[in-house]
Order: sequence, then structure tokens, then C-alpha cells
Amino acid sequence: MFEVVSNDVLAPSLHRMVVRAPRVAASRKPGQFVIVRSAPGEERIPLTIGDADNAAGTITLFIQAIGASTRTIVAIPAGGFLRDVAGPLGLPTHIEAWGRVACIGGGVGTAVLYPLAKALAAAGNDVTTIIGGRAESYIILKDELSAFSKEVLVTTEDGSMGRKGFVTAELADLMANPDTCPKAVFAIGPVPMMRAVAELTRPLGITTVVSLNPIMIDGTGMCGGCRVLVGGEPKFACVDGPEFDAHEVDFENLFDRLSTYRGHEAADCKLNRQVQP
Amino acid sequence: MTTPMTTKERLAIDRARMPELAATIRSANFEEVNRGLAEDDAIREAQRCIQCKNRQCVEGCPVGVSIPEFIGRLADNDLPGAARILQHDNALPAVCGRVCPQETQCEAKCVRGIKGEAVAIGYLERFVADWAMKNAARLGAETPPPPTGKRVAVVGCGPAGLTAAGELARAGHGVVIFEALHDTGGVLRYGIPEFRLPKAIIDVEVDRLRALGVTIECNVIVGKTLTLAQLRQEFDAVFIANGAGLPTMLNIPGENLKGVYSANEYLTRVNLMGAGRLADASTPIIKGHNVAVIGGGNTAMDCVRTARRLGADRAMIVYRRSEAEMPARVEEIKHAKEEGVEFLMLTAPVAILSAGDGWATSLRCQRMELGEPDASGRRKPVPVEGAQYDVPADVIVNAVGTGANPLLTATAPDLALNKWGNIVADGNGLTNIEGVFAGGDIVRGGATVILAMGDGKQAAAAISTFLS
Ligand SMILES: Cc1cc2nc3c(=O)[nH]c(=O)nc-3n(C[C@H](O)[C@H](O)[C@H](O)COP(=O)(O)OP(=O)(O)OC[C@H]3O[C@@H](n4cnc5c(N)ncnc54)[C@H](O)[C@@H]3O)c2cc1C
Ligand SMILES: Cc1cc2nc3c(=O)[nH]c(=O)nc-3n(C[C@H](O)[C@H](O)[C@H](O)COP(=O)(O)OP(=O)(O)OC[C@H]3O[C@@H](n4cnc5c(N)ncnc54)[C@H](O)[C@@H]3O)c2cc1C
Ligand code: SF4
Ligand code: FES
Repeated sequence: MFEVVSNDVLAPSLHRMVVRAPRVAASRKPGQFVIVRSAPGEERIPLTIGDADNAAGTITLFIQAIGASTRTIVAIPAGGFLRDVAGPLGLPTHIEAWGRVACIGGGVGTAVLYPLAKALAAAGNDVTTIIGGRAESYIILKDELSAFSKEVLVTTEDGSMGRKGFVTAELADLMANPDTCPKAVFAIGPVPMMRAVAELTRPLGITTVVSLNPIMIDGTGMCGGCRVLVGGEPKFACVDGPEFDAHEVDFENLFDRLSTYRGHEAADCKLNRQVQP
Repeated sequence: MTTPMTTKERLAIDRARMPELAATIRSANFEEVNRGLAEDDAIREAQRCIQCKNRQCVEGCPVGVSIPEFIGRLADNDLPGAARILQHDNALPAVCGRVCPQETQCEAKCVRGIKGEAVAIGYLERFVADWAMKNAARLGAETPPPPTGKRVAVVGCGPAGLTAAGELARAGHGVVIFEALHDTGGVLRYGIPEFRLPKAIIDVEVDRLRALGVTIECNVIVGKTLTLAQLRQEFDAVFIANGAGLPTMLNIPGENLKGVYSANEYLTRVNLMGAGRLADASTPIIKGHNVAVIGGGNTAMDCVRTARRLGADRAMIVYRRSEAEMPARVEEIKHAKEEGVEFLMLTAPVAILSAGDGWATSLRCQRMELGEPDASGRRKPVPVEGAQYDVPADVIVNAVGTGANPLLTATAPDLALNKWGNIVADGNGLTNIEGVFAGGDIVRGGATVILAMGDGKQAAAAISTFLS
């Protein structure tokens, strides 16, 4: 049992949860995740370790409640418990002193991006952060990211905050100017966003890293369910990733596989009964 | 007590038949297929054993269970006596009585099998173990020995790890099992389905270990949460039994389509997570009308029979050799056939096809024939030219085998591995690192429950010697 130390709402359906998991806190590195199960009978859900406090023995999770299982997780109040927290899983981010880098977060991806951007800044990189969301209320962690970013650029689809449009517009502007063009780009967010970023940086050959979010079960390389095609080869995102070279990823296949349990005839389970779109 | 039976009388008894749930009923639920012998039948079966002087059956048992001795007690209606002998030799008798391939081990060597049918050793093992479970109070709890003050870490809670933990605890050592998943049992829980091995049996066995003082910590991934180096510092010895959980890919086009599963994922969803099996499970699984399972081992049989139970109209085994070469247990093949599973023999998958919406729709198959024997001594399947055909399949399960998972070994660079990534260990389970032992599938590659248990037992003895 893993105690929920705090649980705050950051944006609509987005929660920041601090959880007591001393061993994970002690061994985790940026880019890694945990597998969480809220209670017996519930699904195993992968969540990035947003931050950790080794002294307190806690980790911070940012959770977007999108389906039945993530809603069950965020419903646990401070003082409650998660049944299982296993990790840290996945490979840590490869951190290098690139010089100038752009970190791009979309939606909850911004939270996943946070530890990575922080580590890149700590390694001496000049970090420009671009965060995007549907509307102002979905823009998260702006102040936290400003603490170490040279600049935080915001885009919203409805124009309620920052520039109206998508994150790619800001990235295109950075790339257009040799003085601001990043040496490396890190993009985390919805699959279409990551794909758009990859296509934008491909012609210039800018190193682009994405963090993939396929459906996972064990997270330890045992089931093969998280396989993604990278450079034409099957890779297991939980052990070979979750970060990969964006120019090598088959986003089409990832997008498709993510829809596996959406509306198709799956064995009756609690989740099917609960989620009425 | 009546006069002992003569050998002639013993030889006249026919082998007991295992009562089974009717195929039509069981293929729609996850209840255990084999119901177990009734007490009278078990005692009569035990009386078939002629108590040979040279105990061939024991030779055939990888852990050397005192077979004639426990059967003799059962024949004399001394159930507690039979149970004590069995439990002394075998840490998980209720498991072995259900999943061991007896027909190729103890029963294959049984003297009575020369002229007729072998003694049903497996059925008797199961009967005695089940009796012991129901009558635990009567048998009395084991008293843990005085502590030695030494501590041993066990990595993995499968049959090898559980066996080693039990032996080590009985030797008075403090034992902590670290398990990556959220529950115990390893393949016994996430791989082998409920209809062959009810989860409640694993729970009882695990509780027995806890009562002996063994601590089990789930959600700890050695190599990630803790490293081998950390365990070596904290503990006096380490036993690694993390199994062989890395799926082998088919490497054919279409493998990433929706509806294509590895056996590990398919079975884990159903067995560990309860998908399609438990009313309160949240994990989904695609049911499929036409399910094709590729492979011919126990894993393939478990997947295909699971598919039937999830409601598949057609559940098919696709295997590239003929039935004679199938590595699955004879009983599993028989049960699968009774449950309406189709067997597509001498058939190799070459591609998985889709109608363009990302979902698998059919499996392209290549007809094979048997050619010359290969290195394994089995006749090698060779393609029949031009003989390809498509089989409709909306769920396809790859059950062609697993390899060594590198998660632990990747962060233990000093540990010697063979070219397949398995840990190298000697007959006592000792690795190249002092105080670090290993056994089970991580050393052997995919093997059997009893071999994994044998390794656990051997290593525990070696560890006790090492610690004293
Ligand atoms: C390595 C990794 C790290 C992640 N980190 C975070 C994180 O820090 N915060 C966070 O909020 N989310 C994160 N995710 C995504 C999160 O795991 C999923 O959103 C979650 O599993 C969906 O569960 P659900 O049952 O609530 O939704 P469901 O009801 O299962 O699904 C809702 C929809 O999401 C899709 N979906 C299912 N599983 C996933 C998945 N694993 N990823 C994306 N979509 C999925 C389904 O197809 C469905 O359409 C991460 C995923 C991975 C693989
Ligand atoms: C579907 C299926 C059916 C089978 N049917 C039969 C049968 O009928 N009869 C038979 O004799 N054999 C059968 N087998 C084979 C048998 O189950 C295995 O040989 C046996 O389970 C191996 O035992 P083990 O203890 O070595 O490993 P496992 O049972 O694989 O257990 C290893 C455990 O270690 C855990 N682990 C892995 N990595 C780590 C880590 N880094 N840190 C912590 N924990 C870790 C795993 O989660 C797992 O719980 C079957 C196998 C399968 C897959
Ligand atoms: S070989 Fe058969 S008959 Fe002989 S002791 Fe063993 S089980 Fe009994
Ligand atoms: S989640 Fe099972 S292999 Fe990655």
C-alpha cells in the first residue's frame, strides 16, 4: 500500500498527486515511470514520475483523468492509499549538453515533460519551453517551468492564452531564426502533436525525442503489449523507451494501437460498463 | 487391519479415471476441468502400486519425491502419513499434482506401465495434497526453527523462488522475496489458467510460506527498484529466480495489428488481471470470433482453451509440425480437442492481414511437410511450394516461446550470461558471483514447474552450506 500524501487539481481533470514510495523516490531518474494500480481488480496504469523527494520518500505524479481507471486513481484523497506502485520503469532520459533545446508539452504531456526539461536545464542547456492546450484552463505548470526555462511560450486552440493555434507554430518560428533554432527538440503530448513536431524538424535533421504512451500491462518487458515500430523494428516502449527518436517512430501504428479498446467488442469488464462516451 | 493385498490382487485393479467437468459446460467457464479422485478411488489406485524394490518412478521424478512411500501410506489409508512424506519432498504438491507432465516423468518409468497402465502417480499426488490442504489443522502447523541470523533475498515469486524460500525458512534463515508484479506465483498465477490450476491453491501455498516467516514484497523490480548490488549488500546471499518472461516475436508482416497478442499479454490479461473472467475486473481483452493461436506447447494450449472460454466460435491451434511433435502435455491436447479446439497441423504463419482499419482479419498460412531430422532430432518442417491459404482470424496469439528478460541482468554487468542471455549457474545454482545463486527458467530457458522447483531446492541447500 502506498499512501497518497496530497492530491490537488491543477486543471480540469488534471491532478498532481504526491505518493509515498521511498524505494522509487531513491532510484528514479528523469524520463522514468511507475505502474500504478489503485485497488484490487483495477487496471495497471503507467504514469510518469514527475518529480521525487528522496528525503521525504515521495514521488509526484501528474494524472489526467481520461478514462475509468485514471478517474478511479484521482478520486483517492490525501490520506488514502494506492494498492500498487511499481517502478521506476523505462530508461532514463539521455541528457546531454546540447546548448539550445526546445521542450514542447501538450496537455498532460506538459507534466511528463517537466522532469525532463528540468534535467536538461540542470545539464547546462538553454531551454525554451512551448506548452499548448485547448484553452487557458488546460495550461499547467507554467510558473514551475519558467523557473528554469529561458522562455515559456504558450499556445491555446481558442486563443484564451498566449498565441492562438498549435505548439508547432511557435516551434516553426524558433526554427526560422538561426539565433533561436534549437539543437534538439523534446516533444511530449498527444500522438498527433508529436507527429507534427517530428515532421517539422525532419527536413532540418534536428534531433527530436518523443516519449511514447502505448497501452501497457506489466511495464517490465514481459507482455510485449507496448510494442511500437521504431525504424521498422518492434521495440517495447516500457524497456527500450519510453523515449525514442521521433524521426524513426511509426506514429500511425501507435495511434491505431491506442484505439484497441475504444468501442470494439472487448470482453465485458467493469471499464466497459462505466465509460459511456 | 485386514490382511495385506497380494501382488496379483494389486495387478488386477484397473487404473483410476480422472473425473472431469463435461466439455460442453467447461468450455464456457473457468472452473477447474479435473475434479480430483474420490477418497475410495484414490485408495484403490494407491493399491495398484506394487512397491517396487528398485524405485523406477522416483528415478523419473526431477526432485526425487518418495513416491512408493507416500503411495504406500495412502494405500493403508494413512492420509496424514502420506501428506507428511509428500510435503517433505515437494514444496508445492497441489501444484505439481496438476501441472507436472507425469506421463513423461515418474509415470513413464513406472514398472506397471510396462505391461499395462502406470500407477496414476499425478492423480495421487494431487489427492494427497488437496487432502492436506483441507486438513491443515489436523496436520498441525510447521514450527519455524530458531533463527540463524542470516538473511537471504529471493528475486521472483514463481515456483523456483517459492521453493527456495520455503527451504531457506525451514533452515532458519530470514527470507525476503522480491516480486516485480503485484501478486505472487509467477507463471503459476499469470500464465497457467484457473481451469488447470485454481488461484486459491497458489494462495494457500503462499500463506504456508508466510506462516513460516517468509516476507514477500511485491512491486519491487530488481534491476530497477533495487539493484542486485544493493541486495548483495543488504543480504547474506541472493537467489535469482526471475523466470523467462520475454516474448519472442514472430517477425511476420502484420504483427502490430490490433487483435494480435503475445501469449504473455493474452494470459496476463485474463489470469492476473481477471479480464473476461472476473465480474469486477477493469482490464479489457478482445474476445474474437475466430482465434488463431500459433504454437504447440502448454502455453499455446492454455491460450486456445482460454479463447474458447471467452466465447470464440472457432479456436485454432496453428503448428508447423505434426501432432506427434507437439511439446504440450498429452492431457492438455486431449482436453483442448474435447472442448472443440481445431488443430491446423503442418501449418506455418507467414503474414497477418487486415482489411485496412488496423484490425487483424486473417492469418496467411503456409502448408508444411516433414523433411529430414534437424539438430533436435525432430523432422524439420519444410514449406510445400505454392500451398498458401488464408484462415479468418480476428484475434491472433503468438505462443511460440519466450526468452530471458534482461531487466535484472542489464544492471548487473558482472553476472555471467550465456549467449541467449540466461544466467550461467552450476549444478548447485551458484553463479560466477560469490553468494549469488540462480535457478529456474532464467537459467534453463523455458522449462517446467518441477525443474524450477528442483533448482530452488538445490540452491537453498547450497545457500545454507554457504552461510554456515
Ligand atoms: C510511459 C507512459 C507514461 C505515461 N505518463 C502519464 C502521466 O504522467 N500522466 C497521465 O495522465 N498519463 C500518462 N500516461 C497515459 C496513461 O497511462 C493513460 O492515459 C491511462 O492508461 C489511460 O487509462 P484509463 O483507463 O483512465 O483510460 P481508458 O479508459 O483506458 O482509455 C481512455 C482512452 O485512452 C486510451 N489509452 C488507453 N491506455 C492508454 C495509454 N497507456 N496511453 C494513452 N492512451 C491510452 C484508450 O485507447 C482510450 O481511448 C502515460 C502512458 C505511458 C505509456
Ligand atoms: C502458459 C504457460 C503454461 C505452462 N504450463 C506448464 C505445465 O503445465 N507444466 C509445467 O511443468 N510447466 C509449465 N509451464 C512452464 C513453467 O510454468 C515454468 O517453467 C516455471 O513457472 C518457471 O518457474 P520460475 O520460478 O523459474 O519462473 P516464473 O514462474 O517465470 O517466475 C518468475 C517470477 O519472477 C518475477 N520477476 C521477473 N523479473 C523480476 C525482477 N527483475 N525483479 C523481481 N521479480 C521479477 C516474475 O514476475 C515472476 O513472478 C508453463 C509456462 C507457461 C508460460
Ligand atoms: S514404479 Fe510404479 S509400481 Fe513401482 S513403486 Fe513406483 S509407482 Fe509403484
Ligand atoms: S508493457 Fe508489457 S512489455 Fe511493455
